Amino acid sequence: MTQPQVELLFWDGCPSHPQALDELRAAMSELGLDPDQVLVREVDTERLADRERFVGSPTIRIDGADVQDPGDEPAALTCRVYHRRDGRVSPVPDPADVRDALRNAMTTRSHQ
Amino acid sequence: MSTDIGTEAPTFTLSDTDGTEHGVGGSEYARATLVVFTCNHCPYALAWHDRIAAVAEDYPDVKVLAVSSNDAERYPRDSYDAMRERVAADGGWPMPYLYDESQEVARAYDAKTTPDCFLIDAEGRIVYRGAPDADYQDPSLKAVWLRGAIDAVLAGTVPEPAETKPVGCSIKWKQ
Repeated sequence: MTQPQVELLFWDGCPSHPQALDELRAAMSELGLDPDQVLVREVDTERLADRERFVGSPTIRIDGADVQDPGDEPAALTCRVYHRRDGRVSPVPDPADVRDALRNAMTTRSHQ
Repeated sequence: MSTDIGTEAPTFTLSDTDGTEHGVGGSEYARATLVVFTCNHCPYALAWHDRIAAVAEDYPDVKVLAVSSNDAERYPRDSYDAMRERVAADGGWPMPYLYDESQEVARAYDAKTTPDCFLIDAEGRIVYRGAPDADYQDPSLKAVWLRGAIDAVLAGTVPEPAETKPVGCSIKWKQ
């Protein structure tokens, strides 16, 4: 099985991306993936946010799929609002959602 | 203007979501006044909101003012209309939600983030500045730094800590 492509996009105006990156790497290690293979990219202009369909920082994509459906959120240089599984608002995704997204990508790849 | 601990708090008057004016200054101060820079769109401000609202409910003698200062053109979720809609959707707030459209109040306080909290004593001096508590993720902390600072002011003593690092989204200044 090849490793899924894992991307973390961030905007430096929001302080949450280091925590998100730590939790993403922990989830990858837990699932036997190489945590150093995360592609970390900065989004620093509104034009780039539009082009990347970046709805806020941090945004984590696994094989191109967002770990939490952004719905119809507009592209913007902003902090992203996530909802944890217990209903709390958070600036980072629920680690359980990240693990599930990684597992789904691994399963999809194993069937290809 | 300096907003260091012990300095005089900048005075201001702003309108809340009902159009009623509130502010800091005037002929006399409350025993304690808490000014919280906050907004609609920031996950840190949202995560801490219930804890700050609980402080307003638990300390009826403290004047609590929530202030939104973000550039609403770039961040439409922080517009005056959006503020009014949020308060209405919540069935009202225990503190007024003020619109700092010119951003002059945020600049006067040198507010950095949402949230960023300033506690003012009865003499109009800033006695605490910073975050509500140590962890936006942990509701059980119940804004303990704010409560401790308020308790100290009401008891006539000095808050400890008097200053903590504000944590949250940067204030979105007009460009």
